[in-house]
Amino acid sequence: MSRLFVPLLLLAAALFAAAPFVVANAPFEETMGLVQKIFYYHVPSAMMMFVSAFVCGIASAIYLFRRSAAADRVAQAAGELVVLFGLIVLVTGPLWARKAWGVWWEWDARLTSSLLLWMIFLAYLLVRRFGGPGSEKLAGAMALFGMANVPFVYVSVNYWRTLHPKTSVVMTLAPGMRAAFWFSVAAFVILYVLLLTLRKRLEDRQATVEQIYLAIEE
Amino acid sequence: MKRLVLVIALIALLPGAIVHAQQPPPQPPTAQEDFVPVSALPQAEQLPAAPLLIAAYAFVWVALMMYVWSLWRRMARLERDLADLQRRVPKP
Repeated sequence: MSRLFVPLLLLAAALFAAAPFVVANAPFEETMGLVQKIFYYHVPSAMMMFVSAFVCGIASAIYLFRRSAAADRVAQAAGELVVLFGLIVLVTGPLWARKAWGVWWEWDARLTSSLLLWMIFLAYLLVRRFGGPGSEKLAGAMALFGMANVPFVYVSVNYWRTLHPKTSVVMTLAPGMRAAFWFSVAAFVILYVLLLTLRKRLEDRQATVEQIYLAIEE
Repeated sequence: MKRLVLVIALIALLPGAIVHAQQPPPQPPTAQEDFVPVSALPQAEQLPAAPLLIAAYAFVWVALMMYVWSLWRRMARLERDLADLQRRVPKP
């Protein structure tokens, strides 16, 4: 991963530099017009939030059942990224909704469940930060619970009456929109991998510092 | 006779003038007496999309930059702590 870090960083920078032009050249949506272009950052952010929730949950499971400290550090890194990308989703969504639906927020299934998912992982971070010794296990259990919520959040638009577009929207995009969308997704995936790597490296450094502290005290 | 007709006409018109003066000024028509699609609303009543789009993209960039900056700051603090600890650990 160290050897790939700089090439991936350059690639991510190039993709994000090109993204505004790609998005600007994408066709306008018929009913929503210009504001629909928030879609090209909103949906990839939501996808990264879900992916990160899974990474956090799986890494927490490995930590809980195998006592792997490395897995715990990955879980903490991923938990932070769930909150980051979730915040992006919860801010860009209402900005889009204000124009598309006429309201900033609606307590429908998708929006409410997304907010709850974000709050679960926010609580995960608070437990990790302030829970004291042994809080890693409790946080790990919370991460498993949060990961289990992701499929419900995803299918909520298909099974409940909601203002939010259904999951079939992505598969039925117009060709011009499809290219711009997957371009944005690629940029966000690379960005996510880089951020996860950096954040885990931070946790590794923290673990090293703590080991040296303990060695000095002994 | 003409003066009589003129006086009667003025008296007949006087109530009408008083009633007209007492009526409230005409209100401008409301925007939506009936259903009006958003695209058919007057320009002044349509919500502009550009500020919302710009705000959304700006927030994404700011959030990501702030997170990267926080990572960099935390890493710098850890590197300082690590260097300090390595100085304190006696060399073999």
